[in-house]
Amino acid sequence: MENRPLEYDYTVAKWFMIATIVLGVVGMLVGVILAWELAFPGVNLMLGEGLAEYTNFSRLRPLHTDAVAYGFTVSGIMATWYYVGQRVLKVSMAESPFLMFIGKLQFILYIIVVAAVVVSLLLGLTQSKEYAEFEWPIDLGVVVVWVLWGVSIFGLIGIRREKSLYISIWYYIAAFLAVAMLYLFNNMSVPTYFVAGVGSVWHSVSMYSGTNDALVQWWFGHNAVAFVFTTPIVAMIYYFLPKESGQAVYSYKLSLLSFWGLMFVYLWAGGHHLVYSTVPDWMQTMGSVFSVVLILPSWGSAINMLLTMKGEWNQVASNPLIKFMVLASTFYMFSTLEGPIQAIKSVNALAHFTDWIVGHVHDGVLGWVAFMIFAALFHMAPRVFKREIYSKSLMNTQFWIQTLGVVLYFTSMWIAGITQGMMWRAHDEFGNLAYSFIDTVTVLHPYYTIRAVGGTLYLIGVFMFAYNMFMTMTAAKRVEESQMQNTSPMGA
Amino acid sequence: MDIGQIQAYAYFGFTAFLVMVLYGYIYHLYSSEKKGTRDYEKYANIALNDELTDKPVETVSKKDETKKEEV
Repeated sequence: MENRPLEYDYTVAKWFMIATIVLGVVGMLVGVILAWELAFPGVNLMLGEGLAEYTNFSRLRPLHTDAVAYGFTVSGIMATWYYVGQRVLKVSMAESPFLMFIGKLQFILYIIVVAAVVVSLLLGLTQSKEYAEFEWPIDLGVVVVWVLWGVSIFGLIGIRREKSLYISIWYYIAAFLAVAMLYLFNNMSVPTYFVAGVGSVWHSVSMYSGTNDALVQWWFGHNAVAFVFTTPIVAMIYYFLPKESGQAVYSYKLSLLSFWGLMFVYLWAGGHHLVYSTVPDWMQTMGSVFSVVLILPSWGSAINMLLTMKGEWNQVASNPLIKFMVLASTFYMFSTLEGPIQAIKSVNALAHFTDWIVGHVHDGVLGWVAFMIFAALFHMAPRVFKREIYSKSLMNTQFWIQTLGVVLYFTSMWIAGITQGMMWRAHDEFGNLAYSFIDTVTVLHPYYTIRAVGGTLYLIGVFMFAYNMFMTMTAAKRVEESQMQNTSPMGA
Repeated sequence: MDIGQIQAYAYFGFTAFLVMVLYGYIYHLYSSEKKGTRDYEKYANIALNDELTDKPVETVSKKDETKKEEV
């Protein structure tokens, strides 16, 4: 036993990698179905009138958003945590049977929670808060899973060899702490059956009412974007881009500064979801101002990543993994500029409730979050499965098909959103609205179709990714970890 | 002075304080590097040299460090 060299143990990382792939396929497949339903309403009845309850837009929509955010992305975060965490702290999970148990338990409970979410959402059981649809018993399960993640993070930190916590670890910790706080406060609710003997066992009412409820909801909602779709993804790029390219982070000091900037500013930006609503005006203004200030720390990280490639841009052409990450970082810059623009009050007057917002979310998630997770998993695969990535050309094809998909998605939604906003507010000289709602629906049809095509292209890319990963796990050429350079080995 | 005015002064003061903290932090990062107290850029190597066999950029305790040096 003593003679056997200690190795990193990727068991839990592997499990989460598989969950990422499966939930990515599910979440994005449902998304594409929704896109076609919006373009061609008949698709709502694709399985017949009898099953329409399960296939209509309203039933599937939360399943799509939650599967992508809390399924695909959170699994990706966990998979990378159980990989990056060990490596930058220089400690193996194999050294602590306790942490190994916690990791495995976390995965098993996570899968149970995911199953409960899928079933409950399909049955239409929801507390009707966007991105916080889960009924209270599921919330309790989520809390346990999250606490176990915390035990894993701080447990690994406790037994580390590397004294300093690498910047990625800071971002993972931030994601852990912030989501814990946000989730708890937004889901504070009273189970009516147990308290008042009214309603079903599942049912609960929020502890906040009216405008306060809306404020807490969007403080949560926007920070879910911050601490599920941003912070942990930044953690990934700070590790995987330097590692894959062999280049140290351009400026470590800038990474620290951006970290604190992001932490401070992001938490105040949620008010921009409630511009022109019943919340106090100063809160709306604060939401807008903080959103604009948010450009600085976001761009601090993104520029730091692009500058990390200084003098090594040839790698973008030769290595599809770097391509994914550089594009991810570019999309991060793009969507963190677009978001603040939308948060400006006068722009928001036009953009709010339109498809432009939908476009914004998708260029962020498809271009930044998902590209980064694909890259991270591709980088991890050879090290975890001890095989080279099955096909480089498939990766390249995936990259181009998905890039085209994202571009079609956000451009169509820009046009649709601005058209929609302009038509809603258009009026004649007497102040009568110029168009009825159905007029906008008719005009938007072509753009909805283009969006569905874009989404379908992206989904095809996801299937390529899943196939490439499956073949990497099972059939690709074996490689020893000791032979691996920074650049991941990949077959033709 | 009504509550609105107090809020406004407090808001301004707090913002000014935070700006000072931010610039103070930037100053701290650069000056401690210049004085040689701490080289922040070396931590970037944690990601690059992350094999279990690689030497940590900074070991957890002095004791560990001496142990390693003895080896």
